[in-house]
Amino acid sequence: MPIHDQGYRHYTGERALHGRGWWVIARAGVLDRLRERRFLALLLFAWSLFVVRAVQLYFGETMARAVFFAPTERTFQLFLEQQRLFVFFITVYAGAGLIASDRQSHALQIYLSKPITRNEYIAGKLLTLAIFLAGVTWVPAMLLLVLQVLFSGSLEFVAGHPRLVPAMTLASALQVALAAVTMVALSSLSRSRRFASMLYAGMVIFAAAIARVLEASTGQPGWALLSPERTLLVVNGAIFGAGSDSAVPLAVATGALAALFAACIAILERRVRAVDIVA
Amino acid sequence: MNRSGPSDRSVVLEHVTVRYGRHEALRDVSAEFPPGAIGLLGPNGAGKSTLIKALLGLLPPASGRMRVLGYDVRESPLAVRARVGYMPESDAHIPGMTAVSFVSYCGELAGLPRANAIQRAHEVLFYVGLGEARYRTIETYSTGMKQRIKLAQALVHDPDLLFLDEPTNGMDPKGRDEMLALVRDIATTKAITLILSSHLLPDVEYACEHVVVLHKGAVATQGPISALKGASGRLFEVRVKGDEARFADALRAEGIECHVDGGGEMRVFVPEDGGSRLLFQVAVRHGVQVRHLRASVPSLEDVFARALSEEEP
Repeated sequence: MPIHDQGYRHYTGERALHGRGWWVIARAGVLDRLRERRFLALLLFAWSLFVVRAVQLYFGETMARAVFFAPTERTFQLFLEQQRLFVFFITVYAGAGLIASDRQSHALQIYLSKPITRNEYIAGKLLTLAIFLAGVTWVPAMLLLVLQVLFSGSLEFVAGHPRLVPAMTLASALQVALAAVTMVALSSLSRSRRFASMLYAGMVIFAAAIARVLEASTGQPGWALLSPERTLLVVNGAIFGAGSDSAVPLAVATGALAALFAACIAILERRVRAVDIVA
Repeated sequence: MNRSGPSDRSVVLEHVTVRYGRHEALRDVSAEFPPGAIGLLGPNGAGKSTLIKALLGLLPPASGRMRVLGYDVRESPLAVRARVGYMPESDAHIPGMTAVSFVSYCGELAGLPRANAIQRAHEVLFYVGLGEARYRTIETYSTGMKQRIKLAQALVHDPDLLFLDEPTNGMDPKGRDEMLALVRDIATTKAITLILSSHLLPDVEYACEHVVVLHKGAVATQGPISALKGASGRLFEVRVKGDEARFADALRAEGIECHVDGGGEMRVFVPEDGGSRLLFQVAVRHGVQVRHLRASVPSLEDVFARALSEEEP
């Protein structure tokens, strides 16, 4: 029997308006990643510091002799800074292949022949990574605050630190956005997920190392700007009102991060091109 | 949103010029693709891929106007792509996905609700002959199966217009026949207009009624294949002993159309009134022996060769 005799029916159902492609891409990306046991294990491991901090909060709030465990704004700032390690691993694991794999399998021409724009495609990829990163930064940080309220039995701490929630939200958002945008941009540069991972690792680890060496050898604190991570710490310090170890002015650090964002957007603009659709 | 908007099923290009920097990939192209199956032919670099890019709204033309299914491509590229299916030439899939998840994902990207997209994915995969293999990951598919999955993703949202770029590439003869049968079925019984870009003339001749031949970024010829094939005179296959090239030039000097293939065979269009006598007269005058003369039927290859030769300076 010829295969076309098995029937083809015209579709008469609902069709969504344009503009939701980013959500379809993000949802598929998240669900796809969550099917991997190794990744789930990594996500779980990324909450280990949360457990440690939760225990600390418990003792700090319930035992009079453990007053040194009592939370301060710095506790939450430190928690977010310590989560950088997991942000790095999750970014590499879940982000390196976001565009690189699509480029390798020529999937871009499939995506861009559908009624979605390049911006929707990029937004979907960014959101995929951002959801996981927020899940190991903002979500546990806010949960820690909830635990603090539950353990202390009062809202006194939250009321006494009114800028803590906005600061945690802003600092997390900045951390997530920086990691997501740079990883997705680097992923668009290659067809190899491994190569994109190496680029990102180089940018985070080696840039920090080089910055420290140059700082130490020249005595110029400005070299810290070579490292996005250290630049972010300067901005985070200002967000929490705690300052930072670096002598780099806040305005310069903010400008450097803005320049990095702009460079990443320029890369994405150049690499995710509609004309790539027909090879 | 149900299907709405202009109901025109055709594709119209008016004086379209597309440039890559200084290079003009399409030069003042005016063409009309009526409903049905239309073949897009042309040698490498003729501008076929550029034309498809432009029609998908991905490459803005430097000048001219394009209308696809009644939409102006420049003004409404998303509306165009919502009603168009595109089967790319190169191997294209989303890694790690099974066929059914890939096709339903493409349906969702095209605007179908999730449940409907899944249902359509199953139906379309059966239609293209991948029903039994729909839960396998695409990486495990053969070349022929990958061609079918590309067709399935282009069909899942039930487009009004399909762009098929070399749909039989890499397929074995049986698979190729089945793919062509599908293509013909889509255009005829499913009433989906399709534009088939291929370098395989027999594929186009089998599946299409109309053809547009591009050469060096311009339309060399276009129209119904039957009309183009029966253009003028009678066709003979000729083999000669002697200076074949000089003989061909002599025929052309007499106003007789003549195409020489690499195998020493000539396809000669002789005017109805002169018949084969004129051909023999030219052969005698130039001292050439006609060793083989057989009446033939014009094919799309003749249309193609004629169109390209007319374009040459």
